[in-house]
Amino acid sequence: MTTTMVAPIPVFEEESTGRKLAIICSKGSLDMAYPGLVLANAALGEGIETHLFFTFWGFDMINKETMGHLKFTPVGNPATHMPQMLMGLPGMTAFATHMMKKQMEGIDVPDVPEFLEMISDSGGHLWACRMSADMMHLEESDLYERVEGIISAGDFIELSEGAQTIFI
Amino acid sequence: MSLAVIADREVHVDEEGFLTEYDEWSEELAQTLATNIGVELTDPHWKAIRFLREDFKMQGETPTLRRVTTIGQIPTKDLFQLFPKKPAKKMAYIAGLPKPAGCV
Repeated sequence: MTTTMVAPIPVFEEESTGRKLAIICSKGSLDMAYPGLVLANAALGEGIETHLFFTFWGFDMINKETMGHLKFTPVGNPATHMPQMLMGLPGMTAFATHMMKKQMEGIDVPDVPEFLEMISDSGGHLWACRMSADMMHLEESDLYERVEGIISAGDFIELSEGAQTIFI
Repeated sequence: MSLAVIADREVHVDEEGFLTEYDEWSEELAQTLATNIGVELTDPHWKAIRFLREDFKMQGETPTLRRVTTIGQIPTKDLFQLFPKKPAKKMAYIAGLPKPAGCV
């Protein structure tokens, strides 16, 4: 006698839960740029509406001038597991940045500009912070072209209504 | 992993319904799997599915979306149109492969 069952069908589109994710990117160093990008990409792959809001040093991630040249500094970063007094030596940041980029490439993780493009292609929304733009004297034309707009903190609070918010 | 019936064929699936044996998949089966999740297969869908099958055979793991874009040459935007909402998982399901394990 056979006990074969009818195969289950995975549930890909449950009743819309309205789940929404807002990620605030406030850091401009290479190691702190990636967590937000990875999470945004993962959320989009799960069909979740995702917004990234770039503020303060996070602006370096969307500033055309800097987005491709973020640095990883080992100074004051215990994650390097190296004597801190060596980390401030000339060339250490360049060396650490180079190493980190190589590691990322090794596991096929794109660099920041390509990552943002992928997120935007996946339907993610990119927003820039009004106060940071004013503070740094930057306009929309200075920012990565996929950024949808420069918005105020109030605008962000409005558009992130009901969203799970992550601050990085 | 258990034995189950899809389109009158006995295949091995996991608890969610993903096929677990690479060789038990066929293109006819893919049609049924696609219908199960509301996807109607057209040529661009097949291009993606065939890439997944080939890549799995060579790499031993299901390619991530990024890999389908960079190596498989199918733009991310298209993948989200062809397999709405959860392209990576939907493609894997239709291609009879496990869900991709990679983060990016």
